Amino acid sequence: MSSSQRPAEPWSVLHPDGRLDPSAGLPTGSDALDLLKALRDMVLARRVDAEAIALQRQGELGLWPSMLGQEGAQVGAGSALRPRDVVFPTYREHAVAWCFGVDPVQLLGLFRGTTMGGWDPRERNFNLYTLVIGAQTLHAVGYAMGIVRDGDVGTGEPGRDRAVLAFLGDGALSEGETNEAFVWAAAQNLPVVFFCQNNQWAISAPFSVQSRVPAADRAAGFGFPGVRVDGNDVVACYAATQAALATARAGGGPTLIEAVTYRRNPHTTSDDDLRYRASTENDHWLERDPVERLRRHLSGTGAIDDTFLEALALEEEALAQRLRTGCRELPVPSPEDPFRHTLERMPRDLERQMHEHLEFVRAGEEGPR
Amino acid sequence: MSTKPLAHALNAGLRRELETDDKVLLIGQDIGALGGVFRITEGLQKDFGEDRVITSPLGEAGIVGSAIGLAMAGYRPVCEIQFDGFVFPAMNQIITQLAKYRHRSEGRVSLPVVIRIPVGGGIGAIEHHSESPESYFVHTPGLRVLCPSTPQEGYDLLRQAVRCDDPVVFLEPKKAYWGKGELDLDADPLPMDRARVVRAGSDLTLVAYGALVGTALRAAAALAEEGRDVEVIDLRSLSPIDDETVVESVRRTGRLVIAHEASQTGGLGGELAARVQRAAFFELEAPVLRVTGYDTPYPASRLEEDWLPSTDRLLEACDTSYAY
Repeated sequence: MSSSQRPAEPWSVLHPDGRLDPSAGLPTGSDALDLLKALRDMVLARRVDAEAIALQRQGELGLWPSMLGQEGAQVGAGSALRPRDVVFPTYREHAVAWCFGVDPVQLLGLFRGTTMGGWDPRERNFNLYTLVIGAQTLHAVGYAMGIVRDGDVGTGEPGRDRAVLAFLGDGALSEGETNEAFVWAAAQNLPVVFFCQNNQWAISAPFSVQSRVPAADRAAGFGFPGVRVDGNDVVACYAATQAALATARAGGGPTLIEAVTYRRNPHTTSDDDLRYRASTENDHWLERDPVERLRRHLSGTGAIDDTFLEALALEEEALAQRLRTGCRELPVPSPEDPFRHTLERMPRDLERQMHEHLEFVRAGEEGPR
Repeated sequence: MSTKPLAHALNAGLRRELETDDKVLLIGQDIGALGGVFRITEGLQKDFGEDRVITSPLGEAGIVGSAIGLAMAGYRPVCEIQFDGFVFPAMNQIITQLAKYRHRSEGRVSLPVVIRIPVGGGIGAIEHHSESPESYFVHTPGLRVLCPSTPQEGYDLLRQAVRCDDPVVFLEPKKAYWGKGELDLDADPLPMDRARVVRAGSDLTLVAYGALVGTALRAAAALAEEGRDVEVIDLRSLSPIDDETVVESVRRTGRLVIAHEASQTGGLGGELAARVQRAAFFELEAPVLRVTGYDTPYPASRLEEDWLPSTDRLLEACDTSYAY
């Protein structure tokens, strides 16, 4: 990137030292972010992530994509959602799932090999994790088209207007489907917010491989606003998402939010990030840790004390225990399930295949022939 | 009862479903004012509005991907892909998302999306406008694949596809678009996953689908003049395949010839042959034979007449079968 194109610093209000700028852009009153809850959500979601990594190391999970370092972006965005909004996550939105009420034990099934999904996407309007990069951005667009046709946008009635929050990463910016989603969302002025966590790395490909310009700058070419925020600043991420969702619900159309953050762990537990990046990078981002800066701020203002932190630590331990137990208790599907869940009505030939398979499985249970 | 071309029957089927269920939407390129490049959606946007008959931006992944989102939101979208050769940009959405979603959601969520695609050759078209991509879809669990041959089948199967909770790939044989046939808008249709015996016979079973059903009937008529009695089966549903109807027929006739425009290797003919030899091994009087497109890219249109399965090629295969 030439120096003339050097991007502006992302918008930030909560600084690494815990200082919180008073800013005109922050929601106030009942719309303001509940900072204590945000701290609690970040701490507990981080614990979910850490426990999942431990479970993978113990052989209880096949794989885990860690979100360590991205709690500010995810809790910021997740806290801006209303229950009727709809979320289309990638496979790393563990803290958004936490904020939106998805049981974290259910997140583990996909990675334990007990399911290809794990929860009812309609129950909490939190769609299943999508592993094919960028594919979910189009589903978000389609859902937003449905919201428009339901008449649930721009009515001004509290509790009626809805919007869609689609998550994507910096790698997804290069996918054709993501760009189609941007075109469709813009052309139809859809109630959708694209929340891009630019965590700097798409496995081993740095952001410079994906783009010459900041992700947020892409939006202008499609015809909607792009906002660049400090992804490790939960307050700024919340404010940007809250404003974008409000615009979308009111019929003002899409927004692209680029939350500049960092994936502190390897891409997944199978990845070896020291083959492509220096560990000093991690040190740089550790100083900008999203959880630590909010903790500093709240300690500084006296909003939290040791009693609060001790209670939170106990809550963390209980959550970890529940995950360890819950993971091992996740039900293994029946060998019939793939057959039953392929089509709404099982074709005769598939039924024949199922019986053949079940007989084989049963025979195996009775011992070798 | 009236006489209509397939194109009008499909239009009538879409109109009927748009009238019946306000969750039904159409989405595709040029389907609005133009009525689609084949005019299948002619007049529908005018009558049902731009919100329900949606002229989409270009981008096949966008058409299918947004249809998936619409289905998640409770709608029943019917996508139009302009030509067979242009469905491939949407294959990621069809294979990794649409077909798998019911399984991924552990049976909780079905996606009632129909993807209409004009298919097949024989119309003198340029590259990418004459292809037969059915095997890609048939090989993808989680999809239903239908292919009508006549106006009545087109009307009935399309309406059943729209009402079906599973995703359906609906292949429209473009060579048959303007072929007329009887159309009864209130006929009681055959279940959509059943094949239909369109000509009863006793000494050879000829299986085809789409535009080749007409070719097969012409071959059967020619053979009748030679004293042969050929049974012709219109497969209609390519996935799941109604092998029961075919096996029942072959048990009586002892001979089977399968025709499709798609290339031979990995085509439906091989699948049907495998099923029939398993179920009717001792009743077979001759090997199962296939008359198909060749394992080449679809040829330039000046070559297509001889490249495609024709009445003559079907007759040759039938002669070979009878000679055993």
